[in-house]
Amino acid sequence: MMPKSPRIWQLAERRYRLLGSKCTVCGKTSIGPRSVCPVCGSEKIETVQLPSTGKVYSYTVVHMLPAEKDGYGPYIMAIVELEDGTRLTAEIVDCEPEDVKIGMPVELAFRLIGQESEHGIIYYGYKFRPIISRT
Amino acid sequence: MTVFKDKNTVIIGYGSYIPRYRIKIEDIARAWGESLDMLRGLRVQEISVKGPDEDQVTIAVEAARNALRRAPEVNPKDIGAIYSGSESKPYAVKPTSTIVAAAIGAPMSVRLADYEFACKGGTEAIISCISQARSGMIKYGLAIAADCSQSLPGDVLEYTASAGGSAFIIGHNSGDPVAYFEGQYSVGTDTPDFWRRDLIKYPRHGGRFTGEPAYFRHVIAAATGLMKELNMTPEDFDYIVPHQPNGSFPVEVAKRLGFGESKVLPGLLSPIVGNFYSGSSPTGLCKVLDQAKPGQRILLVSFGSGAGSDAFSIVVTEGIERKRGLAPKVEDFINRKKYVDYSLYARFWRKIAL
Repeated sequence: MMPKSPRIWQLAERRYRLLGSKCTVCGKTSIGPRSVCPVCGSEKIETVQLPSTGKVYSYTVVHMLPAEKDGYGPYIMAIVELEDGTRLTAEIVDCEPEDVKIGMPVELAFRLIGQESEHGIIYYGYKFRPIISRT
Repeated sequence: MTVFKDKNTVIIGYGSYIPRYRIKIEDIARAWGESLDMLRGLRVQEISVKGPDEDQVTIAVEAARNALRRAPEVNPKDIGAIYSGSESKPYAVKPTSTIVAAAIGAPMSVRLADYEFACKGGTEAIISCISQARSGMIKYGLAIAADCSQSLPGDVLEYTASAGGSAFIIGHNSGDPVAYFEGQYSVGTDTPDFWRRDLIKYPRHGGRFTGEPAYFRHVIAAATGLMKELNMTPEDFDYIVPHQPNGSFPVEVAKRLGFGESKVLPGLLSPIVGNFYSGSSPTGLCKVLDQAKPGQRILLVSFGSGAGSDAFSIVVTEGIERKRGLAPKVEDFINRKKYVDYSLYARFWRKIAL
């Protein structure tokens, strides 16, 4: 079930820009807002910009599609390890399920996540894709 | 209409984005039983297709981020205006520019608006950024030209309407420029060549009426008007980038204006990725910037149905050599492709009602 517009708005900037939380005591970084460090218990947390590139740490291919996929699948969900070691769960796009590999370099993509309804708020956020090669 | 006496109104960064998916026009023709011989005049081989989780907003954000990559000296907090030109906003009411602002980390003290003028909303956004930068109202402006171009299933537009766009960081006396604006000239008339009524999903058009009285008349008037103001001829320009509704009109209009094919082909995208509507000529400009040398002069001429054209004279500067490698080139996006058939294309576009 998709979140409602106040919840989408609360998390929008973090999800649009891949902002994370960093413990200023032990240095642990993680995606999403935190008030307490999951490693050392410190409450000294700051918001940081997470790296936009990383690699596939692990993945699975999802064949049972949630409603917001509108019947299009299967799709790839992965644990992505960013360049600074932060791990997060994200969809891998612009990649076929047979082509995804553990260790594959990926970069941040801005994509549509879902919508409240045909009349409701559209929900955007981060996904990852294979790095676009440059000439 | 406006000749800039200085070289200080500049493009500081530019960036594009084209979705990965493509469909060949023979696959579209097969779905509708259309003869390929009837479509040869379009001179389009394949078009880009938005992914199932892409829309005009996601393309605008990707292009804006690539423009910022080529403007590392620009802090998003110093961007004073973000204008997005499009005719395919996912929201009828709520500006795309608000979402782009949040996605790039722009400050709350920023002017945000969306422009619509069929395929020239993007160049209207560029003109607004030029004006506000020159007047000192803003330090930097972000102009976006992007579309997921709509087309009625089975209509001839389906063979050209595609998805993509570009963005430009514009300033005055600021940043490390990749090019400067030398002049700008616009024309507009009441010409009903292409339109989409309120609450209607797909645009309609006047068929052949979209050519002579619409595209050719306005593009030629804007281009000749600007060259006259600048006291220049086609020989003074190294490139011309007209709006690209298909593969033949831009080449034909360049020829009528006195430009050889060698000056229009470097910025020509439509034969291999189609028509990005608002993003069409601006992305052609990016393709030229990806290869142009400092000192070369570009004539950019958009066209928006309804109808009007905006012409710009743009001169490439030294910064291009330092910056073009900081983000993917248009050619990188062109080369990144996966073909889909008509059924997937229709699915991605939600042309199949469930």
